[in-house]
Amino acid sequence: MADYAAGTRVRVKNDWPETRGKVHIRTPHYLRGMQGAVVRKLGAYPNPEDLAFARPAAQRALYHVAFAQPAVWQEGKAGDELLVEIYEHWLEPA
Amino acid sequence: MDKDVPRAHHDMGGVSKFLCEPVDVEPHALTDFDKEVDALSRVLGAKRVMTVDELRRGIEAIPEAQYHRLTYYRRWIRSITDNLLVKGVITEAELRAALDRV
Amino acid sequence: MNILETDGEKLLAAVRDLLAAKGMVSSAEISERIAITDAANPGQGARMVAKAWTDPAYRALMLEDGTKAAEELGIPMRGAPPLGVLENTDEVHNLVVCTLCSCYPRAVLGYPPFWFKSAAYRARGVRDPRGLIAEWGTVLPEGVKIRVVDSTADYRWMVLPRRPAGTEGWSMDQLAAIVREGDMIGVTVPLGT
Repeated sequence: MADYAAGTRVRVKNDWPETRGKVHIRTPHYLRGMQGAVVRKLGAYPNPEDLAFARPAAQRALYHVAFAQPAVWQEGKAGDELLVEIYEHWLEPA
Repeated sequence: MDKDVPRAHHDMGGVSKFLCEPVDVEPHALTDFDKEVDALSRVLGAKRVMTVDELRRGIEAIPEAQYHRLTYYRRWIRSITDNLLVKGVITEAELRAALDRV
Repeated sequence: MNILETDGEKLLAAVRDLLAAKGMVSSAEISERIAITDAANPGQGARMVAKAWTDPAYRALMLEDGTKAAEELGIPMRGAPPLGVLENTDEVHNLVVCTLCSCYPRAVLGYPPFWFKSAAYRARGVRDPRGLIAEWGTVLPEGVKIRVVDSTADYRWMVLPRRPAGTEGWSMDQLAAIVREGDMIGVTVPLGT
């Protein structure tokens, strides 16, 4: 998977694995489909979605991504932001 | 208004029904039960019997009404027990027998 | 009744007995772990903050690698998740939350407080952060933005609060004494006097 440089605009996939069976997802619902900017790569860690079911877990890059808070909620103060750890396989270029 | 999406019930960021709830900012001392459950989870993790991810999965599997009714460490012990059963570390028969003895 | 619906205290006692009988987890191991966890407390994070306030090189280390910074002060971090530190400035105030569960920088701050784990905190943090911190009487100066950090993955986050005015010349012990648990999560700011 491609490495995202700091500053890259990304979108969180508007995917809902919760509707397809038992899952363990660490991408909050409120960010699905939202656009943000990569702040930095935090490292690579075994995919918790697989660890949660004791399945072999591939290493996945983890990014810190910033989102404008008012855009996520249609309310809130301009300039406020959300900073959230998102795994690479949940991101696509915006 | 909540986002109209198939949200799992533990995925609580911004959920409307909690937005008006005041926060209890007082300190609440942990009980012996709390500390023992916490420690048990850590020891099982250190021995690679169960990961924190499996603990979370087990908590998230608790049906919604019970999830919100159970206190924090009661969710943990339910998840720990669930995971130990699923993994075959303990059997349901063994557990029933042990419960009869306590 | 589903066996998992059994009262938690009974489940704990039964599970402990079974694991001990199988030689998997002893009572001593549980007691030992409790002692280790009890030793972690917000005073540890406060010492890190006090050092960062007085030592620019340590501040830089803390922001670059929180785990290393903690270890430098003798805080045990082996086996702990990586620690990230976010600095409050005169433009940005950080607030840490875990909307999905209760991920907390336990290695440097100890057990998470009751409020951090509550539904109200987890729901309100990302959507109404200013209303949330007002529950502690915290009001940010005009023009300061809030950055809410949702701990969703492998890192654990703490806040490096701003050093309050009126503390010039204070010793590290004096500075550490005014740094509270809430200051390092972002619900409050340190009070200088």
